[in-house]
Amino acid sequence: MQYKVPVVSELVAEGKTPDVIFWIGCAGSFDQRAQRVTIAFTKILNQLNINFAVLGTEEACTGDPARRAGNEFVFQMLAQQNIATLNGYGIKKIITTCPHCFNTIKNEYPALGGLYEVVHHSTYLQQLINDGQLKVEGGTFKGKRITYHDSCYLGRANEIYEAPRAVIEALDADLVEINKSKKNGLCCGAGGAQMFKEDEPGNKRINVERTEQLTEVYPDVIAVACPFCNTMITDGVKGENKQDDIKVLDIAEMVAQANNY
Amino acid sequence: MLFLKIFQILLFIGLVGGTFYFAFKKFKEIYDNIMMGQAEKINSTLGFRIKSMLLIAFGQKKMFKLTFAALLHLVIYVSFCITQIELLEIFIDGLTGSHRIIYHAVENIPFLHTLYLVVINFIEILSLLTFFVTIIFILRRTTFKVERFQKPELKGWPWKDALLILAFELTLITFIFLMNGADSALHIKEHGEGYGFFLSSAIGGMLQSLPSGLLQALERIGWWGHLCMVMGFILYLPYSKHLHILLAFPNTFFTRPEPKGEIHNMPAIQHEVQSMIDPSFVVPASDGEVKFGAKDVYDLSWKNLLDAYTCTECGRCTAACPANQTGKKLSPRKIMMDTRDRMEEIAACKKEHGPEFVDNKSLLGDYITGEELRACTTCNACVEECPVNISPLSIIIELRRNLIMEASDSPAEWNNIFANLENNQAPWQFSPNDRLNWTEELN
Repeated sequence: MQYKVPVVSELVAEGKTPDVIFWIGCAGSFDQRAQRVTIAFTKILNQLNINFAVLGTEEACTGDPARRAGNEFVFQMLAQQNIATLNGYGIKKIITTCPHCFNTIKNEYPALGGLYEVVHHSTYLQQLINDGQLKVEGGTFKGKRITYHDSCYLGRANEIYEAPRAVIEALDADLVEINKSKKNGLCCGAGGAQMFKEDEPGNKRINVERTEQLTEVYPDVIAVACPFCNTMITDGVKGENKQDDIKVLDIAEMVAQANNY
Repeated sequence: MLFLKIFQILLFIGLVGGTFYFAFKKFKEIYDNIMMGQAEKINSTLGFRIKSMLLIAFGQKKMFKLTFAALLHLVIYVSFCITQIELLEIFIDGLTGSHRIIYHAVENIPFLHTLYLVVINFIEILSLLTFFVTIIFILRRTTFKVERFQKPELKGWPWKDALLILAFELTLITFIFLMNGADSALHIKEHGEGYGFFLSSAIGGMLQSLPSGLLQALERIGWWGHLCMVMGFILYLPYSKHLHILLAFPNTFFTRPEPKGEIHNMPAIQHEVQSMIDPSFVVPASDGEVKFGAKDVYDLSWKNLLDAYTCTECGRCTAACPANQTGKKLSPRKIMMDTRDRMEEIAACKKEHGPEFVDNKSLLGDYITGEELRACTTCNACVEECPVNISPLSIIIELRRNLIMEASDSPAEWNNIFANLENNQAPWQFSPNDRLNWTEELN
């Protein structure tokens, strides 16, 4: 299959409108590890003939790290620019693979006039599986021990705990819960703009602490649903020298791999 | 005897009246302190508010995230609530000079008599359980050294406050059993049997060999001792972390209904940016002076301040905080304690130097440092943990806003991402034109 990435401005010029926007996010666009997740999810959208499009060069950071660091001016500039773009194209529905983008667009853009149906890819994949649109065979993941790391911005922030787990279970995998999961999950250490600076003085890195909790159950795969968690936990697993035994994968990558997309 | 009776009634009225007068003054001061915060509209329905209060405060739902601690706490909580029934009788007795007025009123009405006995027995059993639970609570702090009670912010007064109230409880329960035990002994002497309260009848059985005059004196010591402890508790409450027994209710009632991930908008900055983008946009006059987050408690919202007075320093937030767990300075509990201490400091200053007095200190800087604030990952673990729906994160964000926008106190790496976000709309130094470079590897 020849995979395509339609860009909104081009579609509109042709007089077409997409059903949904795939909001890629900065990590998904520029981070090498996260790009692989973007590619996996794009393949799924293509395979299912979803009428989607991306903003391409018109997409800007949602402003999440700026607002959380305390820089409201930068947040407002980015948010208002994005809302102008989205409203200009009359966008109604947005899917994203980043919980931070998801949270900001869903919860914080309405106050600025940006009202959209915003869906995180975990929920979207779960819906597609439930509808029977997306068929998943266990493939390489059948019977594998998989533990899921909750992203704060998906979990506590928006109470999405079951969707990513439902996707993993659809892969016939053996989902193992660690002690500190769901509401009690520990942060990977990246949120609140921590991703972009050194840790404050302390005795341990948060991602190291979290990775220890995750590797305690001897998983074959640590599943994630956030590009920043992905980076942090991947680093943690490398720190433990376990990268050959334990893979850190986004649920979109797992679905794409299982289906040989 | 009549003189003694009238003397006791007058003493009771004086003691209770004085207590309520001084307690009211202090509670009013706390109310005023909370109201020095900024306006904030809580966007919830009455149904949501009542449900939050019933589930979280009354029903202690979130306490049960830690089952053992929750069960111990539940004993004291139920005991405290139900004891108020016996306290009602003590109040009527105190005001009228009667003795066990409810008991005598229902003595010959079989159903009510049984109900009275059931209630008092229930209170006595719970009181005994509370006695043991209180000892366990003291041991958890002093001997077993539960980790969340060993943090630096609990050193000094907070540590004493916690132990003082536990000692209060032990004393109060001792007085209850002294009162009911001596009273039961007298009743046994007179009627051959006790009132029908299992525990105090047993104590009465042991005491009945003492002379009646001494037993009457012991009963009075128990009665007045108990009353003094209750009044002392009411007076002490507004100075203590134990204020949570009252404020947990309004605080959960005013729970913010938004998803935890949502950080509230700053309309004044929104409008300022809007006017930069669109020169025809007129900034509404209602915006007033643009505020850059919070430097001091006045700049926080009243809900943040109510949160601070509601905090009972249990430290579940701090135990769940990823920054604190990995040795960083940040402790969400300390954020709440600092906010409360700063309010108290301002109130004390104004009392001494007049209402217009302004000291040269502030919450940000003198109490909470940038290092603490910068360690927060905004993960909401503290908010999730709090048994009474306090949000330390809300205060952290407001202080961070001030740190960045007013004090320009930002680590170099953050200044870099701000510059990148402004120039190329991404936190990294990539051109917007490269946003689709990943598609090259798609096929």
